[in-house]
Amino acid sequence: MAEFSRPQSEEAFEKNFAQIKPLMNETQAYYESSRCLFCYEAPCVNACPTGIDIPLFIRQINTGNALGAAKTIYDANYFGNACGKVCPTEVLCEGACVYIHQDVKAIEIGRLQSFATTKAIVDHEQLFTPGADNGKKVAVIGAGPAGISCACELRLKGYVVDIYEAKEKPSGLTIYGVAPYKIRNEEVLTEVDYLKRQLGFHINYNHPIDSKEIVEQLEEDYGAIFLGIGLGETNNIELPGEDLENCLGAVEYIEALRMRHHEVGFGNKVVVLGAGNTAMDAASESARMGAEKVVLAYRRSKEQMRAYEFEYDLAKSVGVKGLFNVSPIEIVGDGKVEGVKFIRTKNENGKLTTVPNSEFLEPCDMVIRATGQSKLVEFLSNIQGLELDNLDRIKVNYKNYQTTNAQYFAGGDAVNGGVEVVNAVAEGKIAALGIDKFLMSNE
Amino acid sequence: MADLSINFAGIKAPNPFWLASAPPTNSGYQVMKAFDQGWGGAVWKTLGVPVVNVSSRYGGMNYRESRMVGFNNIELITDRPLKDNLKEIEEVKKHFPDHAVIASLMVESREEWHQIIRDCENAGADGLELNFGCPHGMCERGMGSAVGQEPEVLKTIVSWVKEVAQTPVIVKLTPNITDVTEPAVAAKEGNGDAISLINTIQSLMGVDLDNFVCYPNVDGASTNGGYCGPAVKPIALNMIKSCAQHPDVNLPISGIGGIENWRDAVEHILLGAGCVQVCTAVMHYGFGIIREMIPGIDRYMDEKGFKTIDEMVGKALPNTKTWENLNLKYKVVADINEDKCIQCQLCYIACEDGAHQAIGLPDEDSRVPYIIEENCVGCNLCAIVCPVEGCITMERKDDGSQSITWKERTAKGDIPTTFNDPLAGGIGHWIPEPIEALKKGKK
Repeated sequence: MAEFSRPQSEEAFEKNFAQIKPLMNETQAYYESSRCLFCYEAPCVNACPTGIDIPLFIRQINTGNALGAAKTIYDANYFGNACGKVCPTEVLCEGACVYIHQDVKAIEIGRLQSFATTKAIVDHEQLFTPGADNGKKVAVIGAGPAGISCACELRLKGYVVDIYEAKEKPSGLTIYGVAPYKIRNEEVLTEVDYLKRQLGFHINYNHPIDSKEIVEQLEEDYGAIFLGIGLGETNNIELPGEDLENCLGAVEYIEALRMRHHEVGFGNKVVVLGAGNTAMDAASESARMGAEKVVLAYRRSKEQMRAYEFEYDLAKSVGVKGLFNVSPIEIVGDGKVEGVKFIRTKNENGKLTTVPNSEFLEPCDMVIRATGQSKLVEFLSNIQGLELDNLDRIKVNYKNYQTTNAQYFAGGDAVNGGVEVVNAVAEGKIAALGIDKFLMSNE
Repeated sequence: MADLSINFAGIKAPNPFWLASAPPTNSGYQVMKAFDQGWGGAVWKTLGVPVVNVSSRYGGMNYRESRMVGFNNIELITDRPLKDNLKEIEEVKKHFPDHAVIASLMVESREEWHQIIRDCENAGADGLELNFGCPHGMCERGMGSAVGQEPEVLKTIVSWVKEVAQTPVIVKLTPNITDVTEPAVAAKEGNGDAISLINTIQSLMGVDLDNFVCYPNVDGASTNGGYCGPAVKPIALNMIKSCAQHPDVNLPISGIGGIENWRDAVEHILLGAGCVQVCTAVMHYGFGIIREMIPGIDRYMDEKGFKTIDEMVGKALPNTKTWENLNLKYKVVADINEDKCIQCQLCYIACEDGAHQAIGLPDEDSRVPYIIEENCVGCNLCAIVCPVEGCITMERKDDGSQSITWKERTAKGDIPTTFNDPLAGGIGHWIPEPIEALKKGKK
């Protein structure tokens, strides 16, 4: 019997995917904010990629000034609400909380952040006013966290900002890629709406920038262009049987799940290949979709997993089983996935080798490949002079996120290779400041 | 097991924990319930000509998640007919002959005093407490603290009372006076048998920021009330000490003010109280707190070898001196235990901004502050703000062989007497140049 029964309705889906950082009520927020020590040069601030003045906003919550707290948060991070929920706070702000040195529970900074920002959003609090029109235009490609953050900052400075988004919804992986128990779709959309209402950037949905001609047109129409394009589809693993039905990419599976909830296809016995945070999400989600057995298979040892420890713990807590030192050699099935053939591996003098004659079959009816996302190399080749590094990430100057083509700036996964929403938000904002300086000095 | 029974100015009780005259002693029902749970005595809600009260009577002061750190009330004396109260006193005494029932009284004329004393004693009261402390409402009518603030009037009324009283007379003092020993001496001169203090402190609990009305709000207006609760304990302790040390007072003292647990009670006793009275803590948690108080004081007495309450009374008085008799040669310096430090740096900023700039921050690799010993004046501030018990300790640096007090130095003419006197204590103590302040960041 599985831990979760297969959700047949939206209510059942909501229940299986209950928020792991639910919204605090007033009392919880008051008590929790009371605990904050108001550290000097607080380590939590240094641990936040966007440098939110955390002790200040917590103190503001505690003095009954949640809207002031929201302003403090949004001044540093335009995705203040989403980040409170989707950030890996355990390894960022909360991981730096000094209480940990005393074996006392860290302040729940993420939930306090969501508390204050939700209040501002619900109250339609006007925190920002666009700057006076400066007559300049910037195009942003990709309405993900990097792009929207960049757009917000530019609007404050009076630029006209047009965002071009290939998909039908904004916020990129925040809505398409984050596990549903971290944030709900409508929460993501509400925050973007909230920002858009105040700052008035334009988003053109279903509007992929996919040809050299369009790129050249943008270059002509806009003073600068920001690339917040993220990453592409899940990498192929080049295994026999990869094209069988029910062998899916993790990013694609999670996107389908986020968009279609309980209506998405499911497996009873699921094998997830990989051990990064996306693999953990895919495994957890499969379990919550009612799978009887979810196996997380990784070719190296448990200690070498790239996923955060708390993400693995979360997966284990819903019944996911780890299978380590196994390398897939074939996906087996007749039309549909029926199993994965593995060979055992071992670490020999720091080198991963296979163990002869150790092949075995793990039966399953779904395989999810969490083997990283591809880079959008082809698209980027449309831009003249744009250089990529040896991992195909866009090269930038980290002071202003300007690329090797001066008209282009970039941030987010396409630059950092795929980190967190909060990193993308931070980079988008720095890039906006860079764009401003660039366009103003070009006068 | 220590003997907790007391004989306070001739009033016997099974233990020193009494309920103060206040809402918890408004009725026989409440007093009987309290005795049943273990309280040793009760001072009845003040009797007199019954009053009419307002609705909305109490205000609370919270500190962060702690509720009722301070408390005030604008309730007056009993609003119940005297005969009802007397009947209930009689009934309580019938059930609890060994417990102390003290009638608190507040009337105006000599005849009224005589009449009510006879009535109460006939009902079985073991003693009388004269309410010369109430600082709200009644004082506007020339009673309560209006009497306590006029030692001559107080003395006259005490002497009226003593004309007829057969039982011990406790004079309850107001803290709303410059020198509480003046009414204490007057109580003695009027032949009172004991004093009790402190009554509540005149206060306004705060202002409603939306409608500009103080708490508690009585139809859009408020009035000053009487302040009590944990926050007033230090004020009570000092006043009790002053009365206990005054050579012309020499009366048993019933300690009142901020007592919530056995520790608070012991502190009152160590500074000269022969019994204690509790109100706010009962209004907050109910009579059940006595369950903690009795075994607490009992264990303490066993540990310290005290056989009776009397043995403890005033034990801290010899160590409580005037400032001029403190040893100027005593020298302590803060010491930070690096293993216990949680790196909040509150000690640093407290000392830096609030005291003597005697704590430094290390370079990049560590967040553990260090003490600049030559600047440390041993003020204790860092140890007080440190959230970790026992992390910052004050270490003695002098060898204890020398002692000189201000008084002794004055006698020797060895004190600064002019504005720029070379004997100034701070000479030679390092102080940064004012302009250095502007080189620090705004944190």
